[in-house]
Amino acid sequence: MKLAYWMYTGPAHIGTLRIASSFKNVHAIMHAPLGDDYFNVMQSMLEREQNFTPVTASIVDRHVLAQGSKEKVIHNIIRKDKEENPDLVVVTPTCTSSILQEDLANFVTRATYNSKADVLLADVNHYRVNELQAADKTLEQIIKFYLEKEYQNFNSPIKKTKQPSVNIIGGFTLGFHNHHDLTELKKIFKELNIDLNLIIPEGTQVAEIKDLPQAWFNLVPYRETGLKAAEYLYSKFQMPYVSITPMGLRQTARCLKEIQEILNSQGWICNFEDYINDQTYFVSQAAWFARSVDCQNLIGKKAVVFGDATHAASFAKILHYEMGIEVSWVGTYCTNDAEWFQKEVFDFCQEIIITDDYNLVATLIEKSEPDAIFGTQMERHIGKRLNIPCGVISSPVHIQNFPLSYKPFLGYEGSNQIADLIYNSFTLGMEDHLLEIFGGHEVFQENSLNLTLNSNLSSINWNQKAQEELNKIPGFVRGKIKRKTEDYAQQNNINEITLDVMYTAKESNHQI
Amino acid sequence: MIQAKELTFECETGNYHTFCPISCVSWLYQKIEDSFFLVIGTKTCGYFLQNAMGVMIFAEPRYAMAELEEGDISAQLNDYQELKRLCLDIKKDRNPSVIFWIGTCTTEIIKMDLEGIAPKLENEINVPIVVARANGLDYAFTQGEDTVLAAMAQRCPRGKSISSSEPPLIIFGSLPEPTANQLTLELERQGINVAGWLPSQKYTQLPEIPEGSYVVGVNPFLSRTATTLMRRRKTKLISAPFPIGPDGTRAWIEKICSVYNIVPKNLVEREKKIWNSLTEYLDIVKGKSVFLMGDNLLEISIARFLASCGMHIYEIGIPYMDKRYQSAELKLLQETCLKKNTAVPRVVEKPDNYNQIDRIYDLSPDLVITGMAHANPLEARNINTKWSVEFTFAQIHGFSNAAEILNLVTRPLKRNIAYH
Repeated sequence: MKLAYWMYTGPAHIGTLRIASSFKNVHAIMHAPLGDDYFNVMQSMLEREQNFTPVTASIVDRHVLAQGSKEKVIHNIIRKDKEENPDLVVVTPTCTSSILQEDLANFVTRATYNSKADVLLADVNHYRVNELQAADKTLEQIIKFYLEKEYQNFNSPIKKTKQPSVNIIGGFTLGFHNHHDLTELKKIFKELNIDLNLIIPEGTQVAEIKDLPQAWFNLVPYRETGLKAAEYLYSKFQMPYVSITPMGLRQTARCLKEIQEILNSQGWICNFEDYINDQTYFVSQAAWFARSVDCQNLIGKKAVVFGDATHAASFAKILHYEMGIEVSWVGTYCTNDAEWFQKEVFDFCQEIIITDDYNLVATLIEKSEPDAIFGTQMERHIGKRLNIPCGVISSPVHIQNFPLSYKPFLGYEGSNQIADLIYNSFTLGMEDHLLEIFGGHEVFQENSLNLTLNSNLSSINWNQKAQEELNKIPGFVRGKIKRKTEDYAQQNNINEITLDVMYTAKESNHQI
Repeated sequence: MIQAKELTFECETGNYHTFCPISCVSWLYQKIEDSFFLVIGTKTCGYFLQNAMGVMIFAEPRYAMAELEEGDISAQLNDYQELKRLCLDIKKDRNPSVIFWIGTCTTEIIKMDLEGIAPKLENEINVPIVVARANGLDYAFTQGEDTVLAAMAQRCPRGKSISSSEPPLIIFGSLPEPTANQLTLELERQGINVAGWLPSQKYTQLPEIPEGSYVVGVNPFLSRTATTLMRRRKTKLISAPFPIGPDGTRAWIEKICSVYNIVPKNLVEREKKIWNSLTEYLDIVKGKSVFLMGDNLLEISIARFLASCGMHIYEIGIPYMDKRYQSAELKLLQETCLKKNTAVPRVVEKPDNYNQIDRIYDLSPDLVITGMAHANPLEARNINTKWSVEFTFAQIHGFSNAAEILNLVTRPLKRNIAYH
């Protein structure tokens, strides 16, 4: 058993549901007790999704414990098949079904006889993998299923597209700025004259999966989810893939150069050098911004970085190489990818933290006293407590990390966003300077409302109980309630305010 | 429309969205100030709490997960030793007066003997341990509180034996302190002394419950607690409608008064005065229709109050319907509908959300009270919604909070966005 207050990654089934609900017309059926469909709330609230989340539960209750699910799961699959006509139903085990050890595979096989949709059982073990690993696994599983169905013989020649083309493997429900990132990537490929073959899974139909091998190569922007699928496509179809995340100017350039090499090796001669230069120095503002005098204030400032492997590593590199900011330490909660992570950042970070224990992260932040933190929502709250500014750069996230306006993290526009984020996270240069000289902001005294209240205090007496009650009322409305109650007392010639008077006053004016 | 005179009850498939009952931790740890809640479950439970509790999680709450690992599931680790280690940590760091163990689906399935381990460990570490099985196999959302209070009811001191002429009154149900104070005061005005509340502000101040006491509930989801108080603590349950809305509050007080042979003073005028103060809200809701999808068991009381306000109730979905515990409330609902000459609604226990959405499309009600999973998709289809969860967290009990309920209900009805 582990005493846990907070988790960086969710349980395995969330990963499976994120993949399933990213495809078009795929329905997931969770084998789960009542209340485990919280995913639907997140989808509907965080992403402000307008459609019903294509996830239902086949409820595990007392009867299931006693007798097994029997026909229940099968019935639910067939019912969903009729109601929604999905192309694929993904049966999703949860922690509960992991220990019940029912033969879900058998249910799935039997359901396929009576359903028009394909039916798959997600091959994830709750106790072995987390949300991100499960998502990676499920995506590979779905791709494999449809490709093996189409290509019985992997030696049969695959027809590549005439023009060079790419599959982007990434972009998921509830992914951190994923929608915006995809838009940015599409734009870059268009400018490079590389056709988009498929974006998977976001918005793709399973029937299109068979076209995956027609692309010349794959791009995996987020290594947590997508790498397994890319490796599979490489082993079966010899499709090369690029897994350098195009985040930051330097990384974007490296990513594009690798793409150039892959295309050259396949006989398409191209040179992206001019494009990269043009974008870096004329289109994107980030390179100039980093050199501008204002950013001199950032030099030598200390930062710490924590997040998923992709975002934390990329961000640390941007801070170090592109902004000249000292990265005291960088860490990730993707413990399964520790080796890669260390390799990416060891040459400029003295300390590398691999942990999923937020207490440890909090202690480390406190100890290293950085000027700014770049982390998840958890680090933002740690920063709040310690009075250190924090920019959010990675999941887990809240609703404010699903912005309405265009805010990619990838590509050239992403670099602009990131530069803004970094700059705004540190106390602004000049302001910082002036604060030091003049000894801090003027601290405002309690506002004038309180002063007038105090002057009134003498006329009306609050008895102790009423005073205690008043103190319980949240600060931002306390003044108003105090004033209205006293008004009421004055109007009714009451000298002492008791609990009773308070409530009667409230009733007489429910605006209080 | 043909109007039914009797309430009809139906039961569907139980495929509906609700919160897991472990969510009760979020309000109970705040209510019971010296407590610590340990939820013994998996990452799934933790993920739910973390997301559902939102910012509360960062305020160093007095709650934590005992996250079960593979070794716990396959019994390679010893439950007793593991729990002892964790509880000693909690004792050291937080020094609570009580630790609540919240059993989950997983502890049920692997049959972890929490009730057996707790007394032994309690003696060993010298902190009371109260076990409540608030799992999604058996219960929905607010029923979690019911399992905790039922377990606490057994811990209340017995107290001195009482004279049978005037037995003490204990109110059960967790309410925010101001609301509890208001209800206490209402009863004091009628000359009724409230001997105690279950739960109290602190675990160390649990009320005495002598045999033969009167008990009364403030919330409709407390049937286990009521049963425990009657059977195990030999108390007498006052079956009343719940003090939600001015009509419910008046009926609740009247019923308690009648038990104590008191003729209530000033109550009718008081109710009337509250109704008068609600006019601006009533003008908005009157004649509008509402559909409750059902997820928190407050549905019957809310629907009864809205019927009193002149709304038409199409359907009351509800996770679980205890017709005995809610009998007075059900009766008041039916009377209200007949008095107001609106259709007597159907009550759908264990609803099927998919079917309900079909019915919503057919009926196109003015307002759907629903969980957050359906709210945005329904709004996108031009159907006004109100999140049902808010009724659980807002202060809705007693005379003065009636406005708060209507404030919630009218908010989506008032919104008229102009784009031109």
